[in-house]
Amino acid sequence: MNAKKRIVIIGATSGIAEACARLWVQDQAVDLTLVGRDALKTEAVAADLRVRSQASTVTVMAVDFLAEDKIKETVDLLCLKQPVDIVLIAHGTLPDQFAAQKDSALCKQTLEINAISPVLFAEVFVGHMEKANHGTLGIIGSVAGDRGRKSNYIYGAAKGLVARYAQGLQHRLASSNVKVVLIKPGPTDTPMTASLKFQGLKVAPLEEVAKKIVKAMSAGQAEAYVPWKWKIIMRVIQHLPSFIFARLNI
Amino acid sequence: MTPLSSWGRLGSHAHRQIFLNDRYAIGSMIRSHQPGIAFGHGRSYGDVCLNPGGTVWKTRGLDRFISFDPVRGLLACEAGVLLRDIHGLVVSQGWMLPVTPGTQLVTVGGAIANDVHGKNHHRYGSFGDHVLKLRLLRTDGEIIDCGPDQRSEWFGATLGGLGLTGLVTEATIQLRKIEGAWLQSETIPYKSLEHFFELAAASEEDWEHTVSWIDCMDRGQGRGLFMRANHIKSAFDEPKNRQRKMPFSPPVSLINGLSLRPLNWSYYHLHRLKAKKAQVHYKPFFYPLDHVLEWNRLYGPKGFYQYQSVVPLEYGRDSIRAMLQAIARSGEGSFLAVLKTFGDRRSTGLLSFPGPGVTLALDFPNRNDRTHRLLERLDAVVRDQGGRIYPAKDARMPRDLFESGYPKLNEFLNYRDAGISSALSRRLMGS
Repeated sequence: MNAKKRIVIIGATSGIAEACARLWVQDQAVDLTLVGRDALKTEAVAADLRVRSQASTVTVMAVDFLAEDKIKETVDLLCLKQPVDIVLIAHGTLPDQFAAQKDSALCKQTLEINAISPVLFAEVFVGHMEKANHGTLGIIGSVAGDRGRKSNYIYGAAKGLVARYAQGLQHRLASSNVKVVLIKPGPTDTPMTASLKFQGLKVAPLEEVAKKIVKAMSAGQAEAYVPWKWKIIMRVIQHLPSFIFARLNI
Repeated sequence: MTPLSSWGRLGSHAHRQIFLNDRYAIGSMIRSHQPGIAFGHGRSYGDVCLNPGGTVWKTRGLDRFISFDPVRGLLACEAGVLLRDIHGLVVSQGWMLPVTPGTQLVTVGGAIANDVHGKNHHRYGSFGDHVLKLRLLRTDGEIIDCGPDQRSEWFGATLGGLGLTGLVTEATIQLRKIEGAWLQSETIPYKSLEHFFELAAASEEDWEHTVSWIDCMDRGQGRGLFMRANHIKSAFDEPKNRQRKMPFSPPVSLINGLSLRPLNWSYYHLHRLKAKKAQVHYKPFFYPLDHVLEWNRLYGPKGFYQYQSVVPLEYGRDSIRAMLQAIARSGEGSFLAVLKTFGDRRSTGLLSFPGPGVTLALDFPNRNDRTHRLLERLDAVVRDQGGRIYPAKDARMPRDLFESGYPKLNEFLNYRDAGISSALSRRLMGS
């Protein structure tokens, strides 16, 4: 009998992470570890997944996402027993850009939680994966990281760092069996985008986005825009000459 | 502020939408954004879930299961879970919700707040009859866990309480056992209301589900199709069904004076000719419109009114005939006309709609004054016969008719939450 697939999700209470987890347990019984900042909230997600798949094992770990020693300890522990098959690093916050410009603490926190923390997690996981020569690491970037825009460049800069970092990992692991998948969602219907939805912005349905992420990860795709149209939109935005770009209110 | 409308699409008004997701943060979210009203999946037709210019608390993010006991059929979940998702989980394990309305695309919270009913009212009562426990969060932060034998006064006020007693955040539901996902059904054409009432009376004993479609374009004669069904021992698989979608809203209602007569005529004769016994999967039987997403767009940009009333059985035939004649005289018409007898049982909820009698559900494309005049004539029949109208589908009933139809209203008002207000509550209760 094959052992259950081992999946670890960092930032498991994020809307995208939870939706992906539902798809994974629905597909087959898995051995899933949910890592979150808040034990109570993460446990609520875990209870739901246990109901959805009684044959799966779902465990919860709470950890401080900015403490590098705790991160290392947690990931080492997770990879100690047996290799992990899939890791999804999904945590993030979307601040109000204007507030982050005025408030240095918020600016720092945005950079730390969206850029530094995912890198700290990924680096330890990848070390273990490289040793085992096995596994897929998915990391959530954003279309916001493709070109700095005045409406959210602090968040965008953090996501841009994640993109560059993932690129480097892919280069390092090119000759191994380890896959690194950079996922770039457009605005998605999650709690994180509540303020965008509040302003009436159209967001992609969460379940569809999650389906595409799960598919891209199982294919080991290097980069996945979800939904796909964002690839075209962002290519256009990236290549707009600056005299036009400067006039856009985006 | 973003525009929001209910399923009837009668208007689109600006609302401040607050998205609830984290069960531990709901208290602070609703405390700091009130008065408001819960908005689930937006399948209520009228204004029960609307609060134009004010706040709605959107509950779809509260969609986690909490526990499921596959031996006893007990399911606990957050209030934003869709009935469809419950079925997705439990049907293959031999369980089903005992009572569901004509769509499974509604939230558990909405099903409780409107104490919804289905085709098996005479067997299983209303949705609330199977809720063992619910958690009510008041806008002042108080949490009230209630059920049939626990703070039952709060339970009675909240079932069918139109979302006005607090926010339902989670519920525990007793499911019913099934031996397969299929039903044995029979479709029987009827030519008159007399025939309908005979069929209904004769079927209650042996059939769990009874419902009928009535052709209200037939000059008040009352021909229609009577459908009855029972669950059977069968497979749990599901026929492949293509999900369709009404792709746009046509400039005028496609359900109109020109189309209705041929539509109803062909619907009647097509099904009369096909009338037979058949095995049918629960989804097309219970939720025939669920596979056409956004079917409400059919009625065009001005939307439509639903009108569902219940009148006592003893005057049932005369009242239904009077309503059908009023419709025939008005030149308006209805396509989704459903006629059904309720069982002889009252619901627990102080404001629950289902109860002994015969219920007629109608839909009318919104043609402003013309439609209003017709609905007022229907009101007169309901009022005369001591009947009442279903608030979950209502956008316009006069206050006196609400008060006469719901004699426990005054008792109910004691349980209202001062931080909750909807377009419906202001219209029918003054605040």
